[in-house]
Amino acid sequence: MKARIQALAEKIEAQFGEQVRRLQTRCGELGYEIAPGQLVEVCTALRDTDGLDFQMLMDVCGVDYLTYGKDEWTTFDATETGFSRGVRRGQPGMEAHFAATTDVDGEPVKAPSRRFAVVYHLLSIRNNTRLRLVSYCEDDEYPMIDSVVDVWSSANWFEREAFDLFGILFRGHPDLRRLLTDYGFIGHPFRKDFPLIGEVEVRYDPDRRRVIYEPVSIEPRTLVPRVIRDDHRYEPQISDDASFREAGGNA
Amino acid sequence: MPELQSYTMNFGPQHPAAHGVLRLVLEMDGETIQKADPHVGLLHRATEKLAESKPFNQSIGYMDRLDYVSMMCNEHGYVLAIEKLLGITPPLRAQYIRVMYDEITRILNHLMWLGAHGLDIGAMSVFLYCFREREDLMDCYEAVSGTRMHATYYRPGGVYRDLPEQMPRFEPSKFRTEKELARMNEARSGSLLDFIDDFAQRFPACVDTYETLLTDNRIWKQRTVNIGVVSPERAMQLGFSGPMLRGSGIEWDLRKKQPYEVYDRVDFDIPVGVNGDCYDRYLVRIEEMRQSARIIRQCVQWLRENPGPVITDDRKVAPPKRVEMKDDMESLIHHFKLYTEGYCVPEGEAYAAIEHPKGEFGCYIVSDGANKPYRVKVRAAGFAHLAAMSEMVEGHMLADVVAVIGTQDIVFGEIDR
Repeated sequence: MKARIQALAEKIEAQFGEQVRRLQTRCGELGYEIAPGQLVEVCTALRDTDGLDFQMLMDVCGVDYLTYGKDEWTTFDATETGFSRGVRRGQPGMEAHFAATTDVDGEPVKAPSRRFAVVYHLLSIRNNTRLRLVSYCEDDEYPMIDSVVDVWSSANWFEREAFDLFGILFRGHPDLRRLLTDYGFIGHPFRKDFPLIGEVEVRYDPDRRRVIYEPVSIEPRTLVPRVIRDDHRYEPQISDDASFREAGGNA
Repeated sequence: MPELQSYTMNFGPQHPAAHGVLRLVLEMDGETIQKADPHVGLLHRATEKLAESKPFNQSIGYMDRLDYVSMMCNEHGYVLAIEKLLGITPPLRAQYIRVMYDEITRILNHLMWLGAHGLDIGAMSVFLYCFREREDLMDCYEAVSGTRMHATYYRPGGVYRDLPEQMPRFEPSKFRTEKELARMNEARSGSLLDFIDDFAQRFPACVDTYETLLTDNRIWKQRTVNIGVVSPERAMQLGFSGPMLRGSGIEWDLRKKQPYEVYDRVDFDIPVGVNGDCYDRYLVRIEEMRQSARIIRQCVQWLRENPGPVITDDRKVAPPKRVEMKDDMESLIHHFKLYTEGYCVPEGEAYAAIEHPKGEFGCYIVSDGANKPYRVKVRAAGFAHLAAMSEMVEGHMLADVVAVIGTQDIVFGEIDR
């Protein structure tokens, strides 16, 4: 398995050179970052080149990296100050304890500098290989990326879903409508700044004798705070897998 | 007289053949479909967003509710992705239990599909037979997890508990005679494994019964042969998987090609269709049920001979035994940490795919090192299939839409998520 992935990686890097950048992946997977402008070109080549043959697009997934590496509960300096309650969201001071993570080469790894990413999972039935592609949208305010519908038909609904849930616009998509949310829904619910509880609630108003929308009355609460811990078991020095990325913080 | 233009028709969401809450907006020319526009999302519960707000283990129960007719397979995909990130492998016995329950789930799913598909296109009695067998499998679920449907049985590192030594039995009641009770409890006299073995032995004969009702039935063939034909090239373009892909003649099954758990140790065959129509997909699924029974028999045999642990002894991931907690401080701490905070998963991303009864069920997890996933994406097989609805029904009659919905084996829990 490992040899096959290595061979595939060499082939892809030889063919695309500067167009792709290998991602730090674990668990025997292979992934590349592609500049958004070259996405369609690279995808078409991945599908049509002999030996690559990625005829199938299995999944398209939007990711919002707004709060990546940020936790809700300070545990590092707790000896001096005591533990915080860790249940209020969005408070200042909840900075990442996470900035100085390093990868296998000792280079620092940060949360991606771009907010929105689109992740593609490809499958080659002929070669029995999988490949992950990641492309970051250049503009955080109006994320936009080229559509790959012309390369794989299955991208149609997957991209509609990513548009609906994250507000990522796909240039050249034939029918970019909302897919999963309600008719007339406002906002993109899977963005990290969209509250879990939603913005509006629905009830029947007996005075007006119709269903009305109101701002939510439920207060958001956290039952288990999000916490990031240093775990030395996952450090590369003591892990068998050389590509295992260090999960530690700055401690 | 003005010439009749094409008109739009609304199908569902409260149509019994819409398999839940599918709303189809059909553009019709007479009774011929020109274009179908599925409106989905009526069952959207934002499972993935909910999973982001909970520790990893607490979302296993949500996975049951995705494709709510093949519950344990959904759990499997999710649990496998977490295990991949954590770098842990469950004990062999747990892997066999998972494979056995995956196949039980496959039969559960296919029985539901066969019954509903038959009912949709006019074969009432198959439904009744299918549900008779489904009941036994539901009892297997209940015996092992305590619930008939939403089991939450698979855990990262193994399964929640070992198979029970005794299969639960029916109790005496004034509504049934002693003789009747003895007959009902006959298969339940031994352990759960005995019950499952008994089921797997008699199930192929049940499949034969369904086949005598349908396979050579003239009406069944009229409704399914040459309906919704998908060529192998298009099937790949459209991201099909599972029986939909195999029905089109592509030999692709993750259990064989990218074996997970112990699928490389059991013996089974992959049925493949020829024409890519509804009838071929029907035949593929029927044969899959037989093969599943075959896998179950092999698993039962192995499990009988090899007792052992069913969950990893890595206490950072799996809770300690209740007895150990009574007088071991460290076990108590582990238990407390696991049930309050959960475990932190190292930073990274993983995509784990399993051969779900409906196709490829993939789970993509992005972790930033926290005790909750940063992003969970569930790749549901039915989602890609339903996206191809318009292409599959174009040029067919209105009644064939129902046949195509049936053959896609659509369940809205996983499509809307």
